[in-house]
Amino acid sequence: MALLGRTANGLFWMFRYIERAENTARLLDAGQRISLTNLSSEPDEWQSVLVSAGVEAAYNAKYDTHDPETVVDFMLRDRDNPSSVRASLETARTNGRMVRTALTREVWEALNESWLVVQRRLSSPVTARELPAVIDLVKRQGALIRGAFQTTMLRNEIFDFCNLGAFIERADNTARILDVKYWLLLPEHSQVGSALDDFQWRSILRSVSAHRSYAWEYDGQYSAVNIIDFLMLNRRMPRSLGYCYTVIEESLKYLGRNYEIRHTCFETATALNERLSGSSVRQIIDGGLHEFLEVFIRDNNRLAQEIGQNYRFYPGA
Amino acid sequence: MKPFDEMLISDKEVRDPYARFNEWFREQDGEALGEKAGEAEAFFRRTGITFNVYGQEEAAERLIPFDLVPRIMAKAEWDSLAEGIEQRVIALNAFLDDLYHDQEIIKAGIVPERLISGNEAFLPQMRGFRPPGGVYTHIIGTDIVRCGENEFYVLEDNARTPSGVSYMIENRETMMQMFPELFSQNRVRPVETYPHHLRRSLAAVAPPACEGTPTIAVLTPGIYNSAFFEHAFLADQMGVELIEGSDVAEIDGRIQMRTTEGYKPIDVIYRRVDDDFLDPKVFNPASMLGIPGIMEVYKNGGITIANAPGTGIADDKAIYSYMPEIVEFYTGEKAKLQNVPTWRCAEEDSLKYVLEHLEELVVKEVHGSGGYGMLVGPTSTREEREMFAEKLKKRPTNYIAQPTLALSTVPILVDGGLAPRHVDLRPFVLVSDKVRIIPGGLTRVALKEGSLVVNSSQGGGTKDTWVLRD
Repeated sequence: MALLGRTANGLFWMFRYIERAENTARLLDAGQRISLTNLSSEPDEWQSVLVSAGVEAAYNAKYDTHDPETVVDFMLRDRDNPSSVRASLETARTNGRMVRTALTREVWEALNESWLVVQRRLSSPVTARELPAVIDLVKRQGALIRGAFQTTMLRNEIFDFCNLGAFIERADNTARILDVKYWLLLPEHSQVGSALDDFQWRSILRSVSAHRSYAWEYDGQYSAVNIIDFLMLNRRMPRSLGYCYTVIEESLKYLGRNYEIRHTCFETATALNERLSGSSVRQIIDGGLHEFLEVFIRDNNRLAQEIGQNYRFYPGA
Repeated sequence: MKPFDEMLISDKEVRDPYARFNEWFREQDGEALGEKAGEAEAFFRRTGITFNVYGQEEAAERLIPFDLVPRIMAKAEWDSLAEGIEQRVIALNAFLDDLYHDQEIIKAGIVPERLISGNEAFLPQMRGFRPPGGVYTHIIGTDIVRCGENEFYVLEDNARTPSGVSYMIENRETMMQMFPELFSQNRVRPVETYPHHLRRSLAAVAPPACEGTPTIAVLTPGIYNSAFFEHAFLADQMGVELIEGSDVAEIDGRIQMRTTEGYKPIDVIYRRVDDDFLDPKVFNPASMLGIPGIMEVYKNGGITIANAPGTGIADDKAIYSYMPEIVEFYTGEKAKLQNVPTWRCAEEDSLKYVLEHLEELVVKEVHGSGGYGMLVGPTSTREEREMFAEKLKKRPTNYIAQPTLALSTVPILVDGGLAPRHVDLRPFVLVSDKVRIIPGGLTRVALKEGSLVVNSSQGGGTKDTWVLRD
């Protein structure tokens, strides 16, 4: 059966927003933990949450302080913030409704129920004390959707477009977190070995749900080089840029085989992936981590647009 | 007089079709059943079986209340009903074909010309065109009310875009999940085959341009339409595409959809977009929901549109009053299903009668639907009647009137047990290479005590509807 361009677009964005909702929740989790240590100056931390999520400008247009309650509310409940948990899930669900015919009943119901449950929980402001439970709820709902997706969806082009959305979003998220924290990670900028550092580094890992797995991979040694390697190049780490691009390239390869046509987006993805496999972490740091990430984020977005054009997501294509 | 109750003959005695259900029901714990009702609601919410209400942001998606007590019909009751429906839908299609061709029925003096030519639902663009298979109305929902053991009336024919079939199927699904034992105790005919039959019906009327297996699509106005759930549901269950106007374009004389691999032709379109919005080149030029050029492609045999444009003329309420004559004219037999006696206010004597008996009558707008714009005499106030009388005198041709029917009741579950509520029935009929009637339908129930209005927009609910095998 043919797949409508609009449907492919809906699937892609449905999964981008499911991923984003969870990422926002995780950023808040990390922010909350750092602020509890009382070691850092709080407003800075909350500001870095906003910057990582790419919504600082929208926030500043509305508020002039970075007090925790306001930031948390903006990131959790504000409908004007398209990356807030509430708005993200709403967008994911609207897209899901639109492409319902392409989803299994299990996936649709998991998404719809997540939306219902989270929507209800976020109908009134969340206090600091309630925040951990709310973050858990969002993460758990995301896991339910992904579980239904992995176990019930046919491995066809629908599956591929969903994965493309999820992993392009995830790569963007991880790159942003790294970029915001790069000054903390690079030794010359930070107070190596201090208590502050350990907490900060752990918080970075926590924001990608990887503080335990990092310990397994690198024997528990917090070092900037290792963390950068872990989040960028380690293909065993499911949120690393390398892993995301393994899935993206694979999905595009399946699409190419399925449709018997290789579009330009395939070359773009391969080139990006080679950039990740062709460099060592040392080379990246020496060449400038921030510059590398900036280019990566831009090219990652460009790839998303190219996929949309190649597969006729929009009218007139 | 107490209306006919389809379940209870007296407090102690139930009618035959309900015998087994009643035994089961008597063994149930009232509180547990109440909990089940809550479960059903949660199930509907999770599934997303909602309808959109315009102009209400927060509560934009509502559930239609579902009642657990099924409406049960015996085999013999259903069989005679189905026979009458089949005769009626065959006549409706013959009538439409005649109206858009030779208009024999007007020449014979049976249906007055003025009801056709001046009617907005009659589309001159369809004159002289015969759709593939000669079928005009492919999907029909015949609204039926019951007033006694053997007394059934057709209330409306719904020959343009009947909705509600998804509720018929989901209500059954819910009942089977909650009370599987009921379906081993009772031999209930399945309704879940509807999408399969729909797909076969649509495929059977593919246009001349179709090569190989027909490509079918459901055309929806989009996610903000009140029946979007149903559109998605049907496309999903049939395994066909769900499209919006922006997904398709007229290319090389075909209607083609934009897929991830380029444009692909569609052969049959089940459209849930009204005539007026279907083709901005021919009808409403401001329509953003339709497909520019589809009418021309249609007429050149490039696509089949179901239901055909212009079928609305057959469910106009003024035409309705002529249905017994229409059935007889085309089938050569007396109509097996009765019409509700109808006064056409356009006729002077009738208008006089209606104005004198407003208190007993239901007065409806000829083109209205959804239970709006009508007067229910017996429950109206004097003031409402006076206001309505003015409207009637001003535009008598806009109205028909019918006696207030003592609609049958079926019990619903309430806190204290069972309580009778008025119901109607909408069976779904598919017309194509043959007529397919799905045994069952959508039973709508007025949840308010004594109310006769079953529309979901006005506080109505639904029930699972069983047709027994024996």
